[in-house]
Amino acid sequence: MTDTTWDPSKPILEIENLSISFFTRMREIPAVMDFSCSVMAGESMGLVGESGCGKSTVALAVMRDLGKNGRIVGGTIKFKGRDLTHMGDEELRHIRGSEIAMIYQEPMASLNPAMKIGAQLAEVPMIHQGMAKDEAWKLARQIVADVRLPDPDRILQAYPHQLSGGQQQRIVIAMALMSKPALLILDEPTTALDVTVEAGIVDLVKDLGHKYGTSMLFISHNLGLILDVCDRLCVMYSGEAVETGNVIEVFDKMRHPYTQALFRSIPLPGADKNSHPLVAIPGNFPLPHERPKGCNFGPRCDYFQDGRCNAAEVPMFPVPGDDRHATRCIKWTEIDWDAPMTLKASKPKTPIGKVVLKMEDLKKYYSVSSGGFGSGTTKVVKANETLSFEAREGETLAIVGESGCGKSTFAKVLMGLETATSGSILLFDENVQSTPIQQRNTDTVSSVQMVFQNPFDTLNPSMNVGRQIIRALEIFKQGKSDEERHARMLELLDLVKLPRAFAERMPRQLSGGQKQRVGIARAFAGGAKVVVADEPVSALDVSVQAAVTDLLMDIQRENKTTLLFISHDLSIVRYLSDRVMVMYLGHVVEMGTTDQVFQPPYHPYTEALLSAVPIADTKVIRKRIVLEGDIPSAMNPPPGCPFQTRCRWKSQVPGGLCDIEMPPMRTLAGGHQIKCHLSDELLASMEPVIKIAAE
Amino acid sequence: MLKFVARRLGVMVLTALALTFVVFYLTNLPPNLEKLARTEGSVRMTDQAVASWIENNGHGGSVFGRYAQWLGVAPGWKLTDGKGVTRGRCIQNNADPATAATYCGVLQGEWGFSTVFKKPVLESVLQKLGSTGWLMMWVMIVMVPVSLIMGVLSGMREGSRLDRSLSIVAIATTATPEYVSGVILVAIFASATAGISPLLHEWGWISGKTLFLGTATSAMDKITFWNFALPVLTIALYGIGYIARMTRASMTEVMTQQYIRTARLKGVRFRDVVLKHALRNALIAPFTVIMLQFPWLLNGVVITEALFNYKGFGWTLVQAAGNNDIDLLLGCSVVAVLVVLVTQLISDIGYVFLNPRIRLA
Repeated sequence: MTDTTWDPSKPILEIENLSISFFTRMREIPAVMDFSCSVMAGESMGLVGESGCGKSTVALAVMRDLGKNGRIVGGTIKFKGRDLTHMGDEELRHIRGSEIAMIYQEPMASLNPAMKIGAQLAEVPMIHQGMAKDEAWKLARQIVADVRLPDPDRILQAYPHQLSGGQQQRIVIAMALMSKPALLILDEPTTALDVTVEAGIVDLVKDLGHKYGTSMLFISHNLGLILDVCDRLCVMYSGEAVETGNVIEVFDKMRHPYTQALFRSIPLPGADKNSHPLVAIPGNFPLPHERPKGCNFGPRCDYFQDGRCNAAEVPMFPVPGDDRHATRCIKWTEIDWDAPMTLKASKPKTPIGKVVLKMEDLKKYYSVSSGGFGSGTTKVVKANETLSFEAREGETLAIVGESGCGKSTFAKVLMGLETATSGSILLFDENVQSTPIQQRNTDTVSSVQMVFQNPFDTLNPSMNVGRQIIRALEIFKQGKSDEERHARMLELLDLVKLPRAFAERMPRQLSGGQKQRVGIARAFAGGAKVVVADEPVSALDVSVQAAVTDLLMDIQRENKTTLLFISHDLSIVRYLSDRVMVMYLGHVVEMGTTDQVFQPPYHPYTEALLSAVPIADTKVIRKRIVLEGDIPSAMNPPPGCPFQTRCRWKSQVPGGLCDIEMPPMRTLAGGHQIKCHLSDELLASMEPVIKIAAE
Repeated sequence: MLKFVARRLGVMVLTALALTFVVFYLTNLPPNLEKLARTEGSVRMTDQAVASWIENNGHGGSVFGRYAQWLGVAPGWKLTDGKGVTRGRCIQNNADPATAATYCGVLQGEWGFSTVFKKPVLESVLQKLGSTGWLMMWVMIVMVPVSLIMGVLSGMREGSRLDRSLSIVAIATTATPEYVSGVILVAIFASATAGISPLLHEWGWISGKTLFLGTATSAMDKITFWNFALPVLTIALYGIGYIARMTRASMTEVMTQQYIRTARLKGVRFRDVVLKHALRNALIAPFTVIMLQFPWLLNGVVITEALFNYKGFGWTLVQAAGNNDIDLLLGCSVVAVLVVLVTQLISDIGYVFLNPRIRLA
């Protein structure tokens, strides 16, 4: 199907002035306006922006799969010189899957649960090249081996649910590569995966791109990932491309205020909650039908000038001297882009007080029966193993680890939603390890509270915000009368910096960040002393994350709260925590102050974790350590050290000790604890994973 | 898999025991037995005579004991009256008591004697079950493919004109009870004076007086399209709407799944998207419903069988209940319980083949 008239020096994908609208019964909602970009052969183009900015819509428009309501209302999408917008179904079908392939965000959902992996893969060449079944399966086997999956024969015969998330995503990639497409569209391909798995997938995508010469359209909200993968990028805001250009040029010499604000709101190495706080973008994302006149970013922009920025639609201005660099800012020549950030007043460090929470040898085992009728063998899942630590007043203790490492189980035990199997939890000198939450007294319950990961599901959709907070106050027995509680509720809204008028609003009228603020207000209703924040910002957009994180820090400073911050995002952990605890398969493998954990010597797992996190800074040089394989199942952990199956240092330990013996917790200088067999000399010889290049 | 089936069979036996005991207890309540005594003995019996009749005919004693006898795990009762005649559960009329078996219950194949049909229960139940079996089979042959095709066609493009038309048909048929649709069908197709039959006859398109026969009595000897079409259609119409709606709901849900988008963006033809990717996933939910239709058909055909005068299982059940024929009623319930349990087992096993995510331990 290769079009012979297409000249390889021309762009493989050329989108010009594309406008897409969704039509509802009420009105037309423009999702993308006047969007242009081009991808050359072998090039990878990144599309960045916050949720709702239209980046996925662009991808689906290229595939011409906008659903019933979506329609392309203007512009062209040219693929190898042919206009996709006017193609018939039959012609499109020949291009889909064979010349343009797509990789999706949720691998589990994008594979057919009732079809064998092999059949789903072999289908592609059978449709497009008319390949015979045997041959197609043979090709599938080869591609499965190409995406570095072990035991391809077994995988071909497996159903999707029998594979792990990382393996499923490799299958989706394999499926996209089955007919060697010219263009690959990747829609947030690693968002649903753990960081160490993500690093493997990113490496794979880059390698395969080089190997097959495939062009890529890489959609992500993660700037660090874009820097890792892409040659060029296009920053989108509210349906428009606001800045486009070479990745290095845009990262180092951004020429649009939104791009600049975005970079200032993400925690890069060097940012610090006290001396270099993050700068959140003020205001909220405009709804598609409420976009302002002129520049969409105007109302939130520091450089806004009335009468100019909101006068007329702003065109793209090319930045001379750079490689196809353009910006949609009318004032871009006037702004002093090198001016240093106006620092917010640095805040004093919270003094760290006495111990409020102390855990000793905490263990939590679950027994799982494998038989359908209870007669099967019972297996024990060791969710937490010998957890010992203490947390002090006013301290932020971060708990880091990938999914399945036991960090949420730990939170449940602390909250009293589960009781510990053994060990003790001392909360203000009171033993609570075996008291479930129903039997805890109101004081204990209200002093240990939780902020949840997903603000969208944790608020009651049929109760207004004020009522939900008052309900918490009632449960915590705060205030003597309804009036008093109402007044306290308004104070809480002030505390989380929400306007008092929000008390009357329903949760659906709030944005994600605002909902999370309500969740925080609710947690602090009873004057919580210990707050467990379980990934409180990971469901939020980057610009909102900064504001919510800042808010948590401010409240902590004011109330001397102990914050247990559970997260998988090491950048944010480095930014805000005082001490860090790294968990792997239920074990604490490393614990120490933030500096100790983020500097060598590392535990080998921490080292891999640090190297896996993409950092959106061109000056940072990272050592790449990609872990092989997946996290072992907690049902069937490896003998000896839990990390031995993926550890790159294992051969350095004499006598195969890692296979046999659980390493002891060793205390290094300054109270830094590491659970590893490596000798002191080897630990001392470790090099830092992240280096900031000299300017 | 075998282990699962064995375990399920065990559970099924327990369920069957529990269910039959409930039916046994309810049919053997004292008022029922008194009624039985008066119909078997004399209507004008004194209360005392009734009590002794009940005692003398093996209906006395604990309900558990009688249940065990009926089941065939306890020895049948035996009684020698004043005249020296020994009667008992296992002693046929005028048979020698010495040669009679000790145990005679359902397990031994002795299902009792039907007071209505004056025949052994097993014989009449099996015969009627055969008749209803034919009806059920034809209903299934018509209903399942038609409803699945309707459901899939309307579910694959939700909101399309085809979907709306088929949905109207499905809702209309399932909203019409059998006694209404049966009468309407008879009026249209099987009346010599109304509907389309007189017209067709006038035009010389049909040789007989009516297009179809309005009664299915003759079908008990020989089933033909002419005498069996209307009863089958009456039952099938109701089920078609129901299953088609279930299939449509399941199909529309599957069509919005991301893996369907994956298939579409792989360049799979729409027809193949539906047949290869959506169908198997969409059939998981309706499959259970279809299997549930078997017990429903067995007992739900009462009205249709009455309407078309087809003497099947439903008709028998009505006769047994109306005439206080305890043994026949019990026999019917045993059959009904077995059909429910067996179809559910088949449905569970079939589910595993449709849905690879379910594994039997």
